[in-house]
Amino acid sequence: MMTDDDSGQTGTSERNDRLVNALLDGEHRALARAITRIENREPGYRDLVSRLYEHAGSARVVGITGSPGAGKSTLVDKLAAAYRERGETVGVIAVDPSSPFSGGAVLGDRIRMGSTVGDMDVFVRSMSARGRLGGVSTATTDAITALDAFGKDVVVVETVGAGQSEVDVVRTADTVAVLVQPGSGDDVQMLKAGILEIGDVFVVNKADMDGIERTVAELTEMIHRRSDGQSHADPDEPAVNDASWQPPVVETVATAGTGIDDLLAALDDHAAYLTRSAEGERRELDRIAEELRRLVRNDGNELLEAEIRRRGGIETLARRVRDGETDPYAVAESILEPLRDCLGPGETATEAEGSAPERE
Amino acid sequence: MSADTDPERRHRPIRSLVAKVGLDGHDRGAHVISRAFRDAGFEVVYSGLHRAPEEVVQAAVQEDVDVLGLSILSGAHNTLVPAVIEGLQSYDAFDEMLLIVGGIVPDEDRERLREMGVDAIFGPGTPMRDTIEFVRENAPRRE
Repeated sequence: MMTDDDSGQTGTSERNDRLVNALLDGEHRALARAITRIENREPGYRDLVSRLYEHAGSARVVGITGSPGAGKSTLVDKLAAAYRERGETVGVIAVDPSSPFSGGAVLGDRIRMGSTVGDMDVFVRSMSARGRLGGVSTATTDAITALDAFGKDVVVVETVGAGQSEVDVVRTADTVAVLVQPGSGDDVQMLKAGILEIGDVFVVNKADMDGIERTVAELTEMIHRRSDGQSHADPDEPAVNDASWQPPVVETVATAGTGIDDLLAALDDHAAYLTRSAEGERRELDRIAEELRRLVRNDGNELLEAEIRRRGGIETLARRVRDGETDPYAVAESILEPLRDCLGPGETATEAEGSAPERE
Repeated sequence: MSADTDPERRHRPIRSLVAKVGLDGHDRGAHVISRAFRDAGFEVVYSGLHRAPEEVVQAAVQEDVDVLGLSILSGAHNTLVPAVIEGLQSYDAFDEMLLIVGGIVPDEDRERLREMGVDAIFGPGTPMRDTIEFVRENAPRRE
């Protein structure tokens, strides 16, 4: 009874049939409902995503990240309008953090999105991070699949560039644009925190503010250093960027729509680069591999959580360790034992380090 | 134990759209209700000021909200509310949505709005608890 997926199999299967057909027919309501099912992990959502998957794969996915107040939503709004002008349809996923206290969230990205009013070919969906570890990126990936299957030409994913899960979210994109604002020391800090590595295009927004030259210069220097220092990077961490792509720095004033054409051109350049170089394919493989790992990990975690519950719950186990009855390694071992028996020993991280006893 | 309290089930917050429709510029109430909803654990999509009915409809449909809260202080509820309802109906999205109106609605208009399909009208001075409680109890339970 790990998931609800097998309960009422026929019911959800028929419902998914109807939903997928309506979605492929271009019904916005069906698309919205599909994303809800995906986001809520409702019974049958896996089957739903599987069915959508075969219709997806043609959309370009653009990730936009930056610190709060950098102007992401406004920029996304203008970008969506620019894509529409070229006759392309657009999906937008705006991810906002949720309150760690109530779990609720105020999703305010729509406030800035007024350029494409009345145009249902821009489909904007707000998502809250809902405090799920790694859950946002899985839900986002699946929501992109839904928008892609619906037939959107471009899908823009917008998120605050603050932490690992947000970085994971934008990494589901083909092209990542990182937004900074002039004269903001915070943004430089953010770039240090690992956002720099994921940017394919850098955007200095609010380019009408003071300090623009300095910010552009700093940014350009950091990008140069990044490509120089690539060889020192952790070999386990796949280099996100090929050295042959030099991320451009684009200046925009999103509120006035200035520089949007330049940004669009830079995004197009990167898309073209992905197509002509091997980088596009490699990125796609990386992305799918990461998704596979995530799915397996999530499900594995759930199986293990269930096993922990069967053994009296984590608190009971913790208490036994605290009371000196046993130790953490022995408890973990006993929980994992059946799994290991099933799958064969394999080489776990601890064994690789040589710090755990040998197992036959 | 109901399915909703089953630990196996994912936490599913109530999703709402708080929308300022029409030309009045008083968004204090909408802000207060947005924050209260958030603190109650709801997900709140906030529209911003001066939204046309079609924008509200577009947002409500795309965001697939359980609850739509319209804040109207201009007195134009008799034209704005039907426009929103018709829009939602054109997307087949009205039946499963809880529609509440906040603002100053004279008694003589209330009955008419209710007949159109407004589920509740909350005037000035309504305790926040009451509104939240109403939403919790009446938000559509989807299968």
